[in-house]
Amino acid sequence: MRLAAAAAALSLPLGLCACADKSDAPRPIAGAEASRGLAVIERTGCAACHRVPGVDWPQGTVGGSLAGFADRSLIAGRFPNQPDVLVRWLRDAPSLSPETGMPTMPISDAEARDVAAYLYTLK
Amino acid sequence: MSADLRIPDGVQPRGLEGWPPPAMDPVGPMSQPLNTLTWVLLAMVAIVSVVVVVALWLALFGPRSWRRKLGGERLVLIAGFAFPVVVLTGLLVYGLTTTRQVSAAPEPGEMRIRVTGEMWWWRVAYLDAQGREVIQDANEVHIPVGQPVVFELESADVIHSFWVPRLGGKMDMIPGRRNILRLQADEPGAFGGQCAEYCGGPHALMGLVVVAHAPTDFAAWQARAALPAARNSLPAGAAVFEASGCGACHTIRGTAANGQAGPDLTHVGSRRTLGAGILPNNQGTMAGWISDSQSIKPGNRMPAYPVLTGQQLRDVSAYLESLK
Repeated sequence: MRLAAAAAALSLPLGLCACADKSDAPRPIAGAEASRGLAVIERTGCAACHRVPGVDWPQGTVGGSLAGFADRSLIAGRFPNQPDVLVRWLRDAPSLSPETGMPTMPISDAEARDVAAYLYTLK
Repeated sequence: MSADLRIPDGVQPRGLEGWPPPAMDPVGPMSQPLNTLTWVLLAMVAIVSVVVVVALWLALFGPRSWRRKLGGERLVLIAGFAFPVVVLTGLLVYGLTTTRQVSAAPEPGEMRIRVTGEMWWWRVAYLDAQGREVIQDANEVHIPVGQPVVFELESADVIHSFWVPRLGGKMDMIPGRRNILRLQADEPGAFGGQCAEYCGGPHALMGLVVVAHAPTDFAAWQARAALPAARNSLPAGAAVFEASGCGACHTIRGTAANGQAGPDLTHVGSRRTLGAGILPNNQGTMAGWISDSQSIKPGNRMPAYPVLTGQQLRDVSAYLESLK
């Protein structure tokens, strides 16, 4: 107990110093459902290129691993990792980055929002 | 190709997964009797097991009179010799007659499809009445519902086994031999299959799809499939395909690509799966497969293409997906 109290006392000023406490600033996506997003990911075969935690096979290496995606600041190293940008990226990456190898994906806006919700569960 | 030939969203053909197990969920007259045979055998096993266990218990702990009966020579001769000979002979005859018509030689007029097992995909050819290959394809077989179709099964390298559980039993594909298997689907649908004989490397990732169409739909499919690739509307992707040397292994009828080592790609965009029954087929999975199929299906004979730029990858995958 005493240890826990000490840890809490220590972490309090650290928390105050942080610019943004990510765990307290989730990226809510209205109406989206992470579990549906995982189903869309499996049906679409995103894992042919990306390692996606929660998908056993395949674990493609063509695109980046999506482990820890929620904690990344940038999408594809270029664009702010915000829900609206991510949803657009998921459906039509070339419209943001003409050189990307990621093609437009055959998913609806609602499906892309579900996928984004799932990706934001990947800490 | 029209949208009705694409698998509906979210529906992958079941090869081995799901409940009831596809092998016990028959949809045609070739698999139905096999399913009955399976249940008969299971019932026999259950009955004999119970009888043996009860007899064993009686012999160990039962009343003296029972133990005396169980110890006699008479019982050994009847239950240990006569009974198995009669029952097993009966089951053998039942099993052989059940499967006999499945592998009988093709009759004139029967529809014939040649499927050749390759490491680790399926070469498919539709034969005319003279046995000539009229349509070449890969990894997906289209059949009309309600009629038996003769599959001539061959192998180009090692022993494979052709198995579409909901339509029939397994049949080995043996180098130098031609085995016959009849399948029939009684309802339209897409039925997953799987190589059922270990053939090295990514054997577990050697799947296929059998698509059963209503007869008129089948005729329409056949007419489309016989056509060469549409004059391409995506010259950038076609140029990448040609410059990368894809045509050394793959054929796209109507173009200069005429390789025979890998699957025919003339209508690859219309297939339900990629990589021999293992991935959904869309531009994304196509791009991933081309860029590094080794990370998806390790050991398969298509090399990775890490030399392509993102733009080239998108162009060539868009081109291939346009081949409906």
